[in-house]
Amino acid sequence: MTPTLRHLLAYLLGAGLIAGFVYALSVLGLNPISLLEAGLLAMTPLALAAVGECLNEKAGVVNIGLEGILLITAVVGVWMAELPGFGGGMGILGGAVAGGLLGFGLGAISVYGKADQIIAGIGLNVFALGFVPFLFISLWATPGIRVFPAELMVPRILTPFGQFSPITLLAIVLAVLAHLLLHRTVLGFRIQAVGEKPEAADVAGVRVDRLRLLTSTLGGALCGAGGAFLPLGWFGGVVKEISAGRGFIALACVVFAGLEPLLALGAAFLFGFADGLASAVAVTPGVKERVPFYFVNMLPYATTLVVVALVIGRRRFPSTVGRPYARE
Amino acid sequence: MAVPARVRLPLLRPLIEQLATIIFGLVVGALLMLPFGFSPLRAYRSLLAGAFGTIPDLLETLAFATPLMLTALPFSVGVRGGLFNIGAEGQMYLGAIGATMVAGLLPLPAGVHLAAATAAAMLFGAAWALVPALLKIWRGVHEVISTIMFNWMAFWLSTYLAVNFLGEPGRAERTVPALLTARYPVFTEDSTLTAAIFVAVALCVVVYFYLWGTRAGYEIRLAGENPEAARYAGVHAGKAILITFLIGGMAAGLAGASQIIGRPPAWSLYATLGNVVTLGFDGIGVALVGRNHPVGGVLAAILFGALAHGGRLMEYEAGVLSEMVRAINGLIVITLAAPEIWKLVRRRSAR
Repeated sequence: MTPTLRHLLAYLLGAGLIAGFVYALSVLGLNPISLLEAGLLAMTPLALAAVGECLNEKAGVVNIGLEGILLITAVVGVWMAELPGFGGGMGILGGAVAGGLLGFGLGAISVYGKADQIIAGIGLNVFALGFVPFLFISLWATPGIRVFPAELMVPRILTPFGQFSPITLLAIVLAVLAHLLLHRTVLGFRIQAVGEKPEAADVAGVRVDRLRLLTSTLGGALCGAGGAFLPLGWFGGVVKEISAGRGFIALACVVFAGLEPLLALGAAFLFGFADGLASAVAVTPGVKERVPFYFVNMLPYATTLVVVALVIGRRRFPSTVGRPYARE
Repeated sequence: MAVPARVRLPLLRPLIEQLATIIFGLVVGALLMLPFGFSPLRAYRSLLAGAFGTIPDLLETLAFATPLMLTALPFSVGVRGGLFNIGAEGQMYLGAIGATMVAGLLPLPAGVHLAAATAAAMLFGAAWALVPALLKIWRGVHEVISTIMFNWMAFWLSTYLAVNFLGEPGRAERTVPALLTARYPVFTEDSTLTAAIFVAVALCVVVYFYLWGTRAGYEIRLAGENPEAARYAGVHAGKAILITFLIGGMAAGLAGASQIIGRPPAWSLYATLGNVVTLGFDGIGVALVGRNHPVGGVLAAILFGALAHGGRLMEYEAGVLSEMVRAINGLIVITLAAPEIWKLVRRRSAR
């Protein structure tokens, strides 16, 4: 099988699975519009994190800590939104800034500390696992759950086809911009050169360290916006397990997409649909009683595994991805 | 990817470096407490007193260390074989389920029962590790992604089984407790340490002898350190992946069992998995501080056990949530990921 054929098959299979699910669920009494709404909401954080990580990995840096960034920025976002006079939009911005700082820190450790990037990223995830419950108690004196007033939510846009978040639109626009940046601008070519042949880029006068720091900061910021979106654009509250593996699903999107932002957006929609389906089923009366929610909750993870297992192995990654660059 | 896996004499320098890393983690942790108005000095004093203050505290520290030395193995053995197995968490859940099934529902004669429950846990853990291993061998799916997906599926599968098939009648919050014949003997009244720690240490030692004393173990380490050379020497890459994952799964499964049939007072699994969650992730820091060496992991586990047990007194006396210990664990992992920091420090001090 040629790679393209295999791709096509994977997409077809994914689409078929979704169509089957939609049919099965409409039989059960689930509304396709509400499914689309839920799917797009679930796509948004995945797309933001995945598009940022595409840029980052193109430059040769891997961020396994996306999960931890999502978790921390979800809390930071809510904290910012609750400040007097701030609100949801500022919360998303605050999440992006916090994510950018975390991305910068991890980037600096990778670039200047010559760290093993996978271990450093795992460390960030473990840190978030402990730091977030600490934040809950210290900020709000509650153990692991915070519901904020509904008016702090980022307002949804109402259309005849349902209601959507402006942040979803932002994610789509950013994916397109990232695509253009990578393939149509000098900076984009430099990013790719730094990931592919850092020695050559260095000799040509490109600052490998600074560019990698830039992409990991950018990647962290996009991921942070996604993290703040989870409570402020979607759930309406924050719990200490809010990221629930989405950072790793975003990494799976990146792998699936072979570092192409537009493909990553597609993958985010596919995985987001499974995720949104799970949340839709879990709250729809008449359906939630019939399908054990334990298995519904496995759906996003199972979908991710199946799809990744189908397309992987055919992707080519920058030759230096995950490895630090040292000038000889 | 380069993995810091050097264990060489003189042992003094690694020891000092690991301790310095831990101190660095504690210092950053202290800086994070300050903005919230906590006193780090008070926090760490109660942490230390809580961990080592009395003999029962010391035994309790060992009780906390028991699962950690086991959940370190999936990661450390994985790294020795060139893999990042972070699936200890899910494999441990399944181990806990396996132990609960056999220990709580299957009446067996004393002696056999304990062994059977332990074996079931290891089998369940290994079975859950098998699929990510096969996905890696057959399809090249990166183990970081597949093991995390499996952790989450394990969470939902285990809660489903715990609530629907293993629940104790009239007590929705937990599963049936282990029968008396399937419990590890408790040492003293005032700590939760049981004989499970002997089994845990024994497994770590066996894994050490396997990796450093057998041909298969040598092949695994060769595959981890130099895949090219391993291929040239005729080492089957898939076999190395399979064995490291199965060893890791067994160890994680045993860790789950240690919390069910080797830890009073519950002797059962909470429906929320509350008495096992995050122990698997904690093992990563333990493995790295132990320099990805099974025996080093035992020592590091005692240290992290002390942090975990002492953290409870810290929460009580200084008001700092005990989860802060996990944040410090993460900071230590990040520091250990960047060995260049040490080179920079050494270069500075040499001047």
